[in-house]
Order: sequence, then structure tokens, then C-alpha cells
Amino acid sequence: MNKRINWGRTLLIAIPFIWLLVLFLLPFMSVFKMSLSDMATARPPYVPVYDSETGLAGLWQLITELDFENYVWLTEDDLYWRSYLSSLKIALISTFFTLLIGFPIAYGMAKTPSQWRATLVMLIILPFWTSFLIRVYAWIGILKQEGLLNNFLLYLGVIDQPLIILNTDLAVYIGIVYSYLPFMVLPLYAALEKLDYTLLEAALDLGCSKIKTFWVIIVPLVMPGIYAGCFLVFIPALGEFVIPDLLGGSSTLMIGKTLWGEFFNNRDWPVSSAVAVILLLLLVVPIMLFQKMQERELKGQS
Amino acid sequence: MNVNRFSWFNITSLTLGFAFLYIPILLLIVFSFNESKLVTVWGGFSTKWYTSLLQNDGFMDAAWMTLKVAVVSATIATVLGTMAALVMIRGGLFRGRTLFSGMIYAPLVMPEVITGLSLLLLFVAVGWDRGFWTITVAHITFSMCYVAVVVSSRLVTFDQSLEEAALDLGCNKVSAFFQITLPIIAPSIVAAWLLAFTLSLDDLVIASFTSGPGATTLPMKIYSQVRLGLSPEINALSTILIVIVSCGVIVASLLTKRSALKKSQYEQQANASA
Repeated sequence: MNKRINWGRTLLIAIPFIWLLVLFLLPFMSVFKMSLSDMATARPPYVPVYDSETGLAGLWQLITELDFENYVWLTEDDLYWRSYLSSLKIALISTFFTLLIGFPIAYGMAKTPSQWRATLVMLIILPFWTSFLIRVYAWIGILKQEGLLNNFLLYLGVIDQPLIILNTDLAVYIGIVYSYLPFMVLPLYAALEKLDYTLLEAALDLGCSKIKTFWVIIVPLVMPGIYAGCFLVFIPALGEFVIPDLLGGSSTLMIGKTLWGEFFNNRDWPVSSAVAVILLLLLVVPIMLFQKMQERELKGQS
Repeated sequence: MNVNRFSWFNITSLTLGFAFLYIPILLLIVFSFNESKLVTVWGGFSTKWYTSLLQNDGFMDAAWMTLKVAVVSATIATVLGTMAALVMIRGGLFRGRTLFSGMIYAPLVMPEVITGLSLLLLFVAVGWDRGFWTITVAHITFSMCYVAVVVSSRLVTFDQSLEEAALDLGCNKVSAFFQITLPIIAPSIVAAWLLAFTLSLDDLVIASFTSGPGATTLPMKIYSQVRLGLSPEINALSTILIVIVSCGVIVASLLTKRSALKKSQYEQQANASA
């Protein structure tokens, strides 16, 4: 290749690059900047940290007066701590249950005769295409006190008092597991489909028990699929807003819900930005791990 | 034990798994034809909620707005995302490559509340009036990353010698792309467009942050209605959306299947004539 600048290639790289820089990276800077501002009853409701018109003097004043009072405020009010911890707990437990439910489905799909597999994969993907909001809405009708599940169980005579599930944490777990199940099943299926099943026969022939074969052969070999599925469920579940808001109760604390409330109900833009910055810090490690894995996967294919 | 046998365990787990995925959606559809206003008690068959939905101007305006946002954002996102995929797979090394691929993958897992809030703050900072265009730009930004992932997974398996042959035969790079590469990766681009379209159709959180007065999308409308309680009109609306999306997905998957079939036919012909 010659040394001349290849304008076509430069343009091809520059257009999506600049778009993402301006509309993905730059906005994060403005969240960080906002988190250091003070709230004001104005439109928009904050006092800017730095006004570019005041020049260098203004910049110096900014550095000397820079304050983290919104962050101090977050540590003082235990609502935020409890929201972060409870989001972590809810995301971890639901990821575990999604794995528990998703694994047998993915395994069953991988063992289906090959002419059926494409159809099954499409059936897993199809609910993912239908609106998230609609699928969560469907569960309200099922779980509420005079809902379909209670009516059904009362009719069968299994219970004689309606169960209270809607507006509890249990409903949030059900909602997350249900909504994110395809994200878990697909990477697991991709890993299980590639598995060499003669290894299982060998292990069984050599006297390994079925349970031990599962732990010693299957699990280590499909570990990349397990990691991918868990990341894909855990990361978005941590910042989830719609599910805890519609299915959870007033006592269900999740950070996405707290941020939304701070922003839309209290109209406190600086504090909600500070909440977002801390959520982002929590997510940096899992997101970077996920990205490394994606790159490795892409390289492995080519 | 014969490990290839289709065992009862597998049948049971598949049946239960798919029942879990589909029963809520089926119940939603069934109760959209309910005569009674109570969403969870069956009162006979009726299509009256569909009629009342069509007469509801609020819903119709929101549906029109959502459709416009989805078509415009999916189209631009497909162009930008395909470019990004080409950069990632064919771009080679350039300064900022790691940053670039980071910005492609991060939005896929970024919580929507953060994406929404950060874009809003940017729009406010530059003084952009919020409305149709701010929602559209926000949707382009996150769906182009999905497009990039879908298209790049097709590009890695693309046989580059076809393009090289075209170049050797005197094609320039641009026309080689449009005449050789694009037709071959077209099914994945169609799939990516559909994905971007449904992502935009679906989005509540980012649209809520980036919209302004007068720009209400369908999910925002559904959300505010659902907070007030269940309504059979929402069931009817959901059913319509589910049917449209399912048809789209099935058509798209048939298209991909057909192109795979065609490809194997060509290969057979090529082998036979060789």
C-alpha cells in the first residue's frame, strides 16, 4: 500500500468514529460535569460549573471551588447506598436463576435433531423482538392479587387465599428472569452446540457418574458461554428501570429507579448525574471484561 | 446411556422453557378479545377494544410519531453501523482502534437510564430543542452499535477472495463493494435494519429522557397508561404490535434461509461444472 492518504478509508473510519465520540463519549463528560454542579430552581435546573465566557480566570475559579457536595450528599443519605446494594443483590440473584432455568433449555436445544434447531433458536429470539414493556405488562395481569395466576390456583384449590406477588421483590425476580432469558439461552446454546458429545460417552464409559460428567466435562467446556450469558443478564439488570418500577413495590430499591425518581420527580439533575456516575463506576469492570471477551470471540471466528 | 437419544429430560425442559416464554404473551393476546373491562376476568369474545383504540387520537398520534422515529433512525443507524462494521473487520490498525471498538460494544450493555440522561445533558448543553430529532439521534446512536455487531459477525465469514477477484478484473474499490460485497451481506443488513427498527419501536427510557413537549412515543404513552392500571386497550395495542413484529421477524428469517439455500445451489452447480 502506498503512503498517500487514503481518503476513502479515512472517511469510512471518521464518520462513525466522530458520531460515537460526539454522541456517546462526550455526553458522559457532561454527566460528570453536571454531577459537580449545584441544583437551582431554574430551567434547566442547575448552576453550571464552568462558563466558557469567563475564560482562564473562570477556569481557575472552577478548580479552586470544585466541590463534590453531590457525592458527599450520596454518602450521607443511606437511600443511595441501599439502592446500590439492593440492585447488586437483585441482579446477582436473578442472573443465577436465569442461568439455572436457561441451561436446561439450551441443553435441550443443542440435543434436538438438527433440522429443528433453527426453528427453536427463532422461537427463543422472537419474544426478544416483541416489546420489552409489553412483556412486563403481561406479567402484571398474571401476578396481581385478582390476577390470572391467583384465579387459577384458587380454582384448583391449591390455595384458599390469593398470594401477594405483584409489588414485591419476587415479582421483580420473575420479571428479570423472564425478560433476559433469551440473552442467557443463546450464548449457552452456541457453546453447547459446539460441544463434542463423544467426550461425554467416553467419560461415562470410563465409569464417571452422570453428575460428575456434567461438572467435570460439560461445565468447563461451555464456560465461555456461561460467562457471556451471565454478563449479558447481569449488566443490564443492574441498571434496570422498567421492571422494578412496574412489577416491584415501593420498598423495591433499584438504582435505575432511584435515578429516574431523582430526575423526573425531584428534578434534581446534579444528584441524578452523580448517581449515574457511581453506577457507571460499578459497571466499568464487568463492561470491560465483556468487551475483551467479545473481541476475542470475533478474532476466534476469523 | 446413548447420549444422542432425545431424552425425556430434554423434552420436559424444552416444553417448560417455551411455555414460560410464551404463555404470558398468549394470555395477553387472548384477553385483548375480552368483552369485559376487567382485564383478568373473561366476559365473552369481542373486538370492541380494537375499535376504541383506533378512535383514540392520543394513541394514534403516538403511533405515528414512533413509526417516523423508528424508520428514520433504523435507516441512518444501518448505514453508520455497516460502516462501523467494515472499520472493525477490514479497517486494519489505526489510532484509536481500541477506543472505537469500546464505543461499539459499551452501548450494548450500558443501562438505558445512563445513556438517556447523558444524551439529554448534551442536548441541553448545546441548546437543541427536544422533540422528534433528539429522540431520533439518540436512537441512531445506540442502535448503530447493534447493527455493527450483527453485520460484522457476517463480515468475518465473508470470502474476501471474491472481492479481490473483482478488483483484479478492473473494478474499483467502491463498485466492488456495491456490486460484490453488499449483495452478499445484504440479508444481514436487512436483519440489522429490522433489529434497529424494533429497538427504536420498543424504547421507553431513552425516549423519555430525550423527548420534549409534543413528542410522545407509543412506549411513553403505554407506560403512562399502565401506571394508572390495566386497560384492555393496551392489550389490543400490544397484540397489534406483537403480530406486526412477529410477521417481520418470520419474513426476515425466511429471506435469510432462502439466500442460504440459493448459495448452496450455486455451490452445487459450480462443483458440478468444475
